[in-house]
Amino acid sequence: MSDAPAAPAPFVGPLADKDRIFTNVHGFQDWGIDAAMKRGDWDNTKKLMEIGQDAIIDTIKASNLRGRGGAGFPTGMKWSFMPKESKDGRPSFLVINADESEPGSCKDREIIRHDPHKLIEGALIAGFAMRARAAYIYIRGEFIYEAKVLFAAVEQAYEKGFIGKNACGSGYDFDVFVHRGAGAYICGEETAQIESIEGKKGQPRLKPPFPAGAGLYGCPTTVNNVESIAVSPTILRRGAAWFNSFGRENNRGTKLFQISGHVNKPCVVEESMSIPFRELIDRHCGGIRGGWDNLLAVIPGGSSVPLVPAKEIMDAPMDFDGLRALGSGLGTAAVIVMDKSTDIVRAISRLSYFYKHESCGQCTPCREGTGWMWRVMERLRTGDADQSEIDMLFQVTKQVEGHTICALGDAAAWPIQGLIRHFRPEIERRINENKGSAPVMEAAE
Amino acid sequence: MADAVHIPDEAETRARWGAFEWTAENAEQAKKVIARYPAGRQQSAVMPLLDLAQRQVGAETQTNGWLPVPVMEYIGRQLDMPYMRVYEVATFYTMYNLAPVGRYHVQVCGTTPCMLRGSDDVFAACKNKGLVKGGTTPDGLFTLTEVECLGACANAPMVQINDDNFEDLTYDSTVAILETLAAGGQPKIGPQIDRQTSAPEGGPTTLKEMVTENHDYRGDWA
Repeated sequence: MSDAPAAPAPFVGPLADKDRIFTNVHGFQDWGIDAAMKRGDWDNTKKLMEIGQDAIIDTIKASNLRGRGGAGFPTGMKWSFMPKESKDGRPSFLVINADESEPGSCKDREIIRHDPHKLIEGALIAGFAMRARAAYIYIRGEFIYEAKVLFAAVEQAYEKGFIGKNACGSGYDFDVFVHRGAGAYICGEETAQIESIEGKKGQPRLKPPFPAGAGLYGCPTTVNNVESIAVSPTILRRGAAWFNSFGRENNRGTKLFQISGHVNKPCVVEESMSIPFRELIDRHCGGIRGGWDNLLAVIPGGSSVPLVPAKEIMDAPMDFDGLRALGSGLGTAAVIVMDKSTDIVRAISRLSYFYKHESCGQCTPCREGTGWMWRVMERLRTGDADQSEIDMLFQVTKQVEGHTICALGDAAAWPIQGLIRHFRPEIERRINENKGSAPVMEAAE
Repeated sequence: MADAVHIPDEAETRARWGAFEWTAENAEQAKKVIARYPAGRQQSAVMPLLDLAQRQVGAETQTNGWLPVPVMEYIGRQLDMPYMRVYEVATFYTMYNLAPVGRYHVQVCGTTPCMLRGSDDVFAACKNKGLVKGGTTPDGLFTLTEVECLGACANAPMVQINDDNFEDLTYDSTVAILETLAAGGQPKIGPQIDRQTSAPEGGPTTLKEMVTENHDYRGDWA
């Protein structure tokens, strides 16, 4: 045994059009069911279901699909946590998280308004695999047009007999309901979302019990992101090996990237996982505004992940592990690009304001901490602070992080930690300049 | 909560809204909404019903609507919930207006992705047209609110006015939108520059066949 062939280098893009899942992502064509069927949705869905519930879960596991909502938990494994039979008569539910509110994220919106039938077909497949009796799609309230499309698309699927009693002629009964939110970032947290569907304030629950044991109405529930659900029918049609052929090990598949901020042409685009940052920007966004030398920093995964300075991100692979190695994360693949014209302290301070606004108020470290951190950040922005307050702020973020029921406290802490880690000299400069221009006045006596 | 709105529950509010009832059409819709949830779980319908009520109040007052206390009580009775549980929900979620707003509710996103692309200019345009954050113009036409990320970041900066998104704004296009609305017109919804939804400006870099036809890519699957 010698000279075992080296593993082939992973495919990291660019993706060919034939391998894109969301072919109508930009909405050039009709979202309606007839047009969607011509593109391949609802194509003999019964056959996909006939392989059986466990085989569907095994295929999703084998595809190495990691949840697209930010945490990157293996989707197939999540589905397998659901009870195979109900011992006490409780039904199971699938909840689909379309409460897309993470600053930078705008992919679920494109799926829902332009390719809603991928989501509804995925809801049936996933719901069937985890033996759920119905799916609730929780769409954020501000997606008013998108919710209209989704309600209409669900209606179309019922009319064709694709969902409802004997869905797709499979003998399985499955309902899909749409629930609109009303403006609360925290409802993207799975247990807050469940509370919200139950008609309450969206305040996260303590875990355990985990939703797979007692979730919506006390019944076993799985909460999945829109993109995770919407890609599953295509994975079943084309096979786990196809999905595995994109991206690096442990980071497989295709992904909707959403690029905003200081690029020449911001856009939403589906690409291979692990595509290098530079290639993603040059190929689809027309480069960085003012050229690559003008890049300051990037928030690669939505507002909750720490920023990465220009020189570290330029050639980094855009995937879960590659960005974690840089002390950040892929999150929802919401890439916020900042060039050298950015007031970086203000950019992060505005995120601190966001978290202050969105804290649900349940846990003290988050309720009090987010406001406190924002107020200090505002003083650092103008330089109206003392050098020692930088360390104090860092220390407080550490006291908020990990001491709350849900991850909003962490999400509020990380951007500030990233700022201090990478841009401390800039903060110090502001404090020094502020001191220089306005010396401390001593009392006359 | 120094910046919390004053929630009117005075005699005149009760006199105006104490007899609130669904219109025939909305009564039907309310039944449909409640049927989406399991029997005995009608509390789940509180959010959609609050939204429906706000829209009905809006239609009756020629504004973007709000939720007077007697209306919340009415919904509580319909869903067999204590008023306080309804009130809790109405105050928790930002889309429920607890005080009257104008004909157009101008909700400008100010979160970082929009800020980076120029939401300051959008606010400046609003200010120069006489809109004040948190207030309604004297003619009752515009209420301006700074909101947090509305999930259209690849089309930043953006504003949501009533049910419509206006995206890829500049100072000038914001002014134009406000002027069109004030004149009773309907501005173009969506991106205000040359682009299709969230495709790159000037044309897509991928899936170009889709521009002209509903292309089926399955023929190319290996």
